[in-house]
Amino acid sequence: MRKANWLLLVLALVLSMFLAACAGGDDTTEEDPGTDADTEETEDTGDDAEGDAAGTEQVLNILEASQIPTMDSSHATDAVAFQFLGESMEGLYRLDENAQPTPAIAAGDPEVSEDGLTWTIQLRDDAVWSNGDPVTAHDFVFAWRRAVNPDTGSEYGPFMMNGVIKNAEAINNGDVPVEELGVEATSDTELVITLEKAVPYFHGLLTFGTFLPLNEDFVTEQGDDYALSSDNLIFNGPFLLKDWNPTGENPDQWKLVKNPDYWDADAVTLEEINVSVVKETSTAVNLYTTGDVDRAGLTAEYVEQYAGTDEFRTLPEPVLFYLKMNQANEALANQDIRKAIAMSIGKQDLVDVILANGSVVSTGAVPQNFTAHPETGEDFREINGDLIVEDKAKAQEHWQAGLEALGVDSVNLRYLGGDSEVATEMDAYIKNQLESNLEGLTVDISSVPFEERIARDEASDYDIQNAGWGPDYLDPNTWLEMWTSTSPYMTMNYNNEEFDALISEANNELLTEPVERYENFLEAEKVMMEDAAIAPLYQRSRAYLWRPSVKGVIFNPMGADFTYKHAYIEE
Amino acid sequence: MARYIIQRLGYMLMTLFLIASFSFFLMKLLPGSPLKMEEKLSDAQLEILYEKYGLNDPVPIQYLRYIGNLLQGDLGVSFQLSNQPVTDILLSRIPVSAHLGLQALIVGTIIGMLLGIVAAIRNNSWMDYSANIISVVGISIPSFIFAGLLQYYVGVKLGLLPIAFWGTFPQTIMPTIALAIFPLAISARFMRTELIEVMGSDYIVTARAKGVTKAAILFKHGLRNALIPLVTVLGPMAVSLMTGTLVIEQIFSIPGIGEQFVTSVMTDDFSIIMGTTLFFAFFFILVILIIDILYGIIDPRIRLAGGKE
Repeated sequence: MRKANWLLLVLALVLSMFLAACAGGDDTTEEDPGTDADTEETEDTGDDAEGDAAGTEQVLNILEASQIPTMDSSHATDAVAFQFLGESMEGLYRLDENAQPTPAIAAGDPEVSEDGLTWTIQLRDDAVWSNGDPVTAHDFVFAWRRAVNPDTGSEYGPFMMNGVIKNAEAINNGDVPVEELGVEATSDTELVITLEKAVPYFHGLLTFGTFLPLNEDFVTEQGDDYALSSDNLIFNGPFLLKDWNPTGENPDQWKLVKNPDYWDADAVTLEEINVSVVKETSTAVNLYTTGDVDRAGLTAEYVEQYAGTDEFRTLPEPVLFYLKMNQANEALANQDIRKAIAMSIGKQDLVDVILANGSVVSTGAVPQNFTAHPETGEDFREINGDLIVEDKAKAQEHWQAGLEALGVDSVNLRYLGGDSEVATEMDAYIKNQLESNLEGLTVDISSVPFEERIARDEASDYDIQNAGWGPDYLDPNTWLEMWTSTSPYMTMNYNNEEFDALISEANNELLTEPVERYENFLEAEKVMMEDAAIAPLYQRSRAYLWRPSVKGVIFNPMGADFTYKHAYIEE
Repeated sequence: MARYIIQRLGYMLMTLFLIASFSFFLMKLLPGSPLKMEEKLSDAQLEILYEKYGLNDPVPIQYLRYIGNLLQGDLGVSFQLSNQPVTDILLSRIPVSAHLGLQALIVGTIIGMLLGIVAAIRNNSWMDYSANIISVVGISIPSFIFAGLLQYYVGVKLGLLPIAFWGTFPQTIMPTIALAIFPLAISARFMRTELIEVMGSDYIVTARAKGVTKAAILFKHGLRNALIPLVTVLGPMAVSLMTGTLVIEQIFSIPGIGEQFVTSVMTDDFSIIMGTTLFFAFFFILVILIIDILYGIIDPRIRLAGGKE
């Protein structure tokens, strides 16, 4: 490998010498590299100066791995869209550094009625849109109605609001006019929200991009052109989006500049954030090395090189990966067999060697640092501890017991996995672990594209599946409800009445009892892990290079990955 | 000649129509939909969205609607880049790719031809051998390796050129070089082989016997005839540059059509994939037509089929 690289390098150098020599005969080509080199040098020093002066200039240069798919909050579905909506728009609440909602356009915390169904929120009267209009309660009513209106074709609108805000589902189905949605502007600064049921995590939900306000006059006036480019948008957030035009001359570069009319503009230090799209990690790292950008995402092969430096940071995400074990398979219907599988995989080596991006071993169904106990503030994972850990000796005991109960001496399982490089490597490793630790087990892997995997998942067409899940709101329910026997995401024929009852209770009787509700979730996770319904693998992290002088960036577990509102560059 | 071209244009439209139809049905065979949260939405919610975006209609109806819109020049709107008209997206990307591709093609063939001429004149000298090595290297090593090496050594280590992005002239240099390697190698090889053969032919010997100067023989008689095979490969070369741009644009973060195509395939963005496929097909056919016409101009012995009728 090394040798081949050197050879390539030598060849390339020889080649470039020839290129230079050849160009000698051709005046125009010769001159060009010369002048370019000169201009580049001056440009370079310019960049350096900018880097040095950045302490006073407060300019941040960052990269994204893809373009902004949409700046229309009703249509946003992915991290990049929520990132730039989050910087340029402001909703009722915003997540603080402890992932708690703090008032933004709202003047204070919501007033919640006794039954938890009516939420009254006072709005601040000094927030304005970038066209000068005040931000009023009507803007929220308009935006939310638009999000659930079936004519809008929003994906997140109904997903977030159905079953939460009164009548959302009926409106989305077209049974009830959109005006019936349970949100009302009783005055310009008072918003009254009626819920379908007392959703305990509704406060956190209000920080999500789908709940951002929209200025009715502007959106209606723009019609189909709304949010097609930064010229077709108005903002009410800490920054204004500029030069963003997916059909313009440079669709891969845009910037955020400080919004002078933002109600909390005094708290914003950064003057400008320049954003460029770079899809290749090597390019991103090169740009970071030369100081052109202040942040670069890293893939596993770069981690070794940078781990331990003060620029290297891993950002744990609330995304879990696990094996789904389909109990329609006779062998997997046996609890011992499932336990044997779950305990026989070397998870530490998996995260250290194969993923190598700071991901951590997962031992339950809820990730760490996601939600805390409402009374003690202790993390869910800390309270419940490690429920399924690697234990090869125990795994073999369970395996033998399982085989005896089944009356067989060998088991063959179909294993469904993704087709990315990391996924195939990981699946090969898991197959090897299972086959070498559990005698008589053979595993056949099919590596398929994402869409195909989802199709097979929905059809329960697998024995074992390597799958993952990201949360939809800040509440343990987002991790546990999906394993109830009636959930459409639970495709592995798991059915435990005790588990179902605990979750059902938490989502009905206990809605207004946060502590007991939380304890139900703790209990439910234990039940499920005792059953070894899934085999937890790891909680994903992302590795980054961050310029150490950049301070005050908030990492969010939900919605936008980062909040730059309070970020600054240290001198 | 005019009749020939019109005839060819007719065939071209038919080919495009067939390609549009084939790729439409192939796309429909793919699993999944362009919706972004398919795995999380409930069946009822999916149903509402399918209805809204016309994905519930029978495929033949969708096909007719697509062809109908196509005939009116409407390529639809993108799913992933919400509501952006595909035509606008293509129009903003194509000039960038065309700029890069043309620049690479011109630089590559000119330098390649010079190399080839030098190699042919100094046949079997060290210059010939070195030119040969360059050609072999250029053909066998993929352009993205050159791109990576250039970016690291010229961009990062030497700091001579910008590492990525598009807009200023210096930013175009490294991607152009990386992309030009292949046409350079091909044209150097063709030029050398042909020129050696032509320079050995009888009429060159005759010209030399008549006392025509060396330079005049080379440029007036030799080159013109040696160029014909090069023109033949120019077409396939331009097309192979197109595939080269897919990777090069990605590495240098150039907002071209190739980069957009890769992204759209990854995200199942039906309307953009169709639009780009049609554009690539159109471009391919057009290049072949132009090459055929060029033939007649360079070598009068080649008669165009349509011309006789």
